[in-house]
Amino acid sequence: MKARQKPEPIRLHKELSAIWETPPGIAQLSAVNHTIVGKRFILTAFVFFAIGGLLAMLIRVQLATSSTAFVGPERYSQFFTMHGTVMMFLFAIPLFEGFAMYLLPKILGARDLAFPRLSAYGFWCYLFGGSILIVALLLGVAPESGWFMYTPLSSSVYSPGINNDIWLLGITFVEISAVSAAIEIIVTILRLRAPGMSLERMPIMAWYLLITALMMLFGFPPLILGSILLELERAFGLPFFDPVRGGDSLLWQHLFWLFGHPEVYIIFLPAAGAISMMIPTFARHELVGYTAVVVAVVAVAFLSFGLWVHHMFTVGIPHLALAFFSAASGLVAIPTGVQIFAWIATLAEGRRPRWDVPMLYLGGFLFIFVLGGLTGVMLAMVPFNWQAHDTHFVVAHLHYVLVGGFVFPMMAATYYWLPHFTGRVSDHKLSVPAFWLIFGGFNLTFFLMHLTGLRGMPRRVDVYPAEAGWDWLNLLSSVGGFVMAAGFALFVVDLVLQVRFGTAAPRNPWGARTLEWAMPTPPPAYAFASLPHIDDRADRLDPDTLGAELSSGDGYLGHARNGWMETLGVDMATGAPSEIVILPNRTFKPLISGVLTLFFVLCLLFKFYWLSLVVLALVFASLLAWSHGMGARRDCEELAAGNGLVLPLHWQAERPPSWWAMVLACAADATMFASLLFGGLFLWLVAPQWPPALVARPSVVLALFAALMIGAAAVSGRLAVRALQERGPVPLWLGLVGATQLAAAFLFLLMAAQIPAPTSHAHQATSLAILVYAAIHAGIGAIFAMHGFWRWHGGYLSALRSLDLRIARIWHDYAAVTGLVSLAATFLLAFLASAPAEGARP
Amino acid sequence: MFFGAALIFVVVLALGALAMLRPRAIASLGPKRTILWGGLIVPSLILTMLVIAAFALGERLLAAPRPDMPLRIEVTARQWVWDFRYPDGSVTSGHVRMPAGEDVDFVLESADVIHGFWIPRLGGKLDAIPGHRNVIRLRADRPGTYGGVCAEYCGSGHAVMPFTVEALPRAEFDALSSGLAEARR
Repeated sequence: MKARQKPEPIRLHKELSAIWETPPGIAQLSAVNHTIVGKRFILTAFVFFAIGGLLAMLIRVQLATSSTAFVGPERYSQFFTMHGTVMMFLFAIPLFEGFAMYLLPKILGARDLAFPRLSAYGFWCYLFGGSILIVALLLGVAPESGWFMYTPLSSSVYSPGINNDIWLLGITFVEISAVSAAIEIIVTILRLRAPGMSLERMPIMAWYLLITALMMLFGFPPLILGSILLELERAFGLPFFDPVRGGDSLLWQHLFWLFGHPEVYIIFLPAAGAISMMIPTFARHELVGYTAVVVAVVAVAFLSFGLWVHHMFTVGIPHLALAFFSAASGLVAIPTGVQIFAWIATLAEGRRPRWDVPMLYLGGFLFIFVLGGLTGVMLAMVPFNWQAHDTHFVVAHLHYVLVGGFVFPMMAATYYWLPHFTGRVSDHKLSVPAFWLIFGGFNLTFFLMHLTGLRGMPRRVDVYPAEAGWDWLNLLSSVGGFVMAAGFALFVVDLVLQVRFGTAAPRNPWGARTLEWAMPTPPPAYAFASLPHIDDRADRLDPDTLGAELSSGDGYLGHARNGWMETLGVDMATGAPSEIVILPNRTFKPLISGVLTLFFVLCLLFKFYWLSLVVLALVFASLLAWSHGMGARRDCEELAAGNGLVLPLHWQAERPPSWWAMVLACAADATMFASLLFGGLFLWLVAPQWPPALVARPSVVLALFAALMIGAAAVSGRLAVRALQERGPVPLWLGLVGATQLAAAFLFLLMAAQIPAPTSHAHQATSLAILVYAAIHAGIGAIFAMHGFWRWHGGYLSALRSLDLRIARIWHDYAAVTGLVSLAATFLLAFLASAPAEGARP
Repeated sequence: MFFGAALIFVVVLALGALAMLRPRAIASLGPKRTILWGGLIVPSLILTMLVIAAFALGERLLAAPRPDMPLRIEVTARQWVWDFRYPDGSVTSGHVRMPAGEDVDFVLESADVIHGFWIPRLGGKLDAIPGHRNVIRLRADRPGTYGGVCAEYCGSGHAVMPFTVEALPRAEFDALSSGLAEARR
């Protein structure tokens, strides 16, 4: 035995709390802790759920009978647009993000997420973006073209008001927050786990969240791009979707559903992850078929990107292509079936499953979700789809899938983890009648909608003729809706009662075997007083003894040092510890950046474009200011991490979390860029009104100079890193990076400015967008160079501390590659536009 | 499809209930076998049959070119009315005549936003998309009057964009057409 001074648990708790806790009062606005931010996400999401539910009630009143319409079509279209938008973007995604933020560090054995300030910033973006939409609703100027915003109806010609701008800007605001959350989740799972937790030992929820976050990383950029292009069309007249000027509304549909279908699985998979955590606890048996489930989830992720066209079976796509997407859509049933049967087998293996409130809600999930899955297979069949598409049958199907696959499991999860949030046990009193009201009301509302749809009632109508014979079905649906609403009200009352008056719970009341229960409840801000070593699958642990060991400081990092917020970084695959990650403490910076971003969005909304550039510069400055004070001014030797382990600090490590974050950010950005190029080619191939009257022929000389500059910037970026490591002239190379990036940005803009009449045709507009894209990336490269100089000047950089420059190097390389591709793309598009593909046109 | 789905639904729920109430019954199958058969083999077989059947059916419904091309009616959708143009050049609004008992091709175009052309009693729907021409082949087996609607949300008049379809025996249809042509002359 090594002689080692053992800290007392109480003293350790006090020391760690002093570092990690967020004081009450105004300081709460500076909170970055994952427990606090996670809870904020969850609560806010439930508030938006209530708003969305209220809108649903209004819709059901309107449709109750053929003569109960109480608002006109304009108001009604705002109701259904906002109902879909709120539920998808402001309830489902943020709710799962909140759960992920709250739970992830705790099930992985880390003290916090990889980028605590980014999660706080994401929360402010979400809250502000969502509030813009709700305020618009109250003022009667809410978006009105349906949650999928089909062009040309959503264009400024047919929807001239501010309404749809609010959707495009507000939702993009929220989406950027979602992409940043995705990066945060991926990096946390891959890098911040307990030592010894290799990938195949991760709790199953971590697999689900990892794959979901990867889907978000690649699924959201197409919609972000689509929204930006549509906003450019609305605000500046640049045609991308306008069929009169060489655009195509089908491009919008492709971009939207390329996001929109993965979105459904992005919503379902985290809920399935929660189910995979709960079932083993209640079955008292570990998850059966862990590997099969992981493979199934990966399969769902891949398939989900290959079946967006099943939302577009009625737009006139060739039948063989439809058959492909139809088969892929049906195929999704298989990995989903694997998961369902893995859960059933787990319950059966346990031999004596325990029945409790979460299981009741999971029973509701199974009933509703299986029905929704079956109607999904029906809709995947093209001939049936032609009949049922855009009718209330689809409305019924999507509610069965989303409410069954998300809302019920998340209510189960709420009851399951409520003792963890509050330290109080849940009891049955109101949760059971609430369940039956919701379950009964739901089926009454939506089962009948299948019939309404089959009898020919289209979606999104505000009135219908009495002679259609849909009255009694709709009336029963409305009654069911109100029963369900009463159930949700009871659910809320029950939660409030349990949070306020529940009896104190012992630790780990369900007898779960995962890490999040190896801590006191409610959890302390630092989560674990010391970090565990995992040498078995992390859903076979004994949280009760482990919890006691960890709080007495027996694990890693069982100390308070320098006021640092420490957690461990591990090797991605093996889980071998590789560095000590110092996390940033609470700060108002995320709030400040969030408010500035809000101002930027408002400037765009009210068309103060010049002012918006100033505000954008402030947003950038405020984000760069985050790095102020981070890192160290001197090299630091490797430090003790407990239990004999000695590790470097993360800013002296080879590939710390922030390095990976930049890689992932470039991957998301590349997806957006690829979508833009796809758009350019798609329009040339499919859109009406081609070829254009004028061709945007870029100047070869300018293009060569731009290519030279952007390449020189990437080379100088690399030389700057080498200079730092070999004590060469760092400022010289950084200055060169900045100068060449600025020159490249200027040249790209000059080429863009030379495009004749960019509003006349989609060809010019696309070329313009590609060049401006390249210019923006070069400009950001220049900012990185200045930031690097600032860090160097401040003494934060050395041969050992070269992280800032190595992160910037990724960007310079990426900007060079996309810059060159942009140039090539503008020439290719010019060539194609002057030599149209005759054979390909109908 | 309905009865198949109902059967699958009942079986899955019964298995779920069985796992809760009589776990041994399912455990005796072995977890691997449960997942393999329930999750992979059975659904694969069902889906393969479904996809093939659906493709065959879809091929039959498709407006493929053929030697005796059916009657073509050009449909133009606009906010919020349907115009129908017949081969003889005559145009009707909100009302379309078609011969019963034979295929008819509707060529869909839109003058403004996307609309969805749907006559629920006659079959599937297809979108009318500005800048594109889509063709849908429909057949009214019996003469009669059918209702048609717009299926794709197209703005505030979406709910009040119905049209009526009058399916006439071929002779009557021809007589009416030539009569109209006569009258115009």
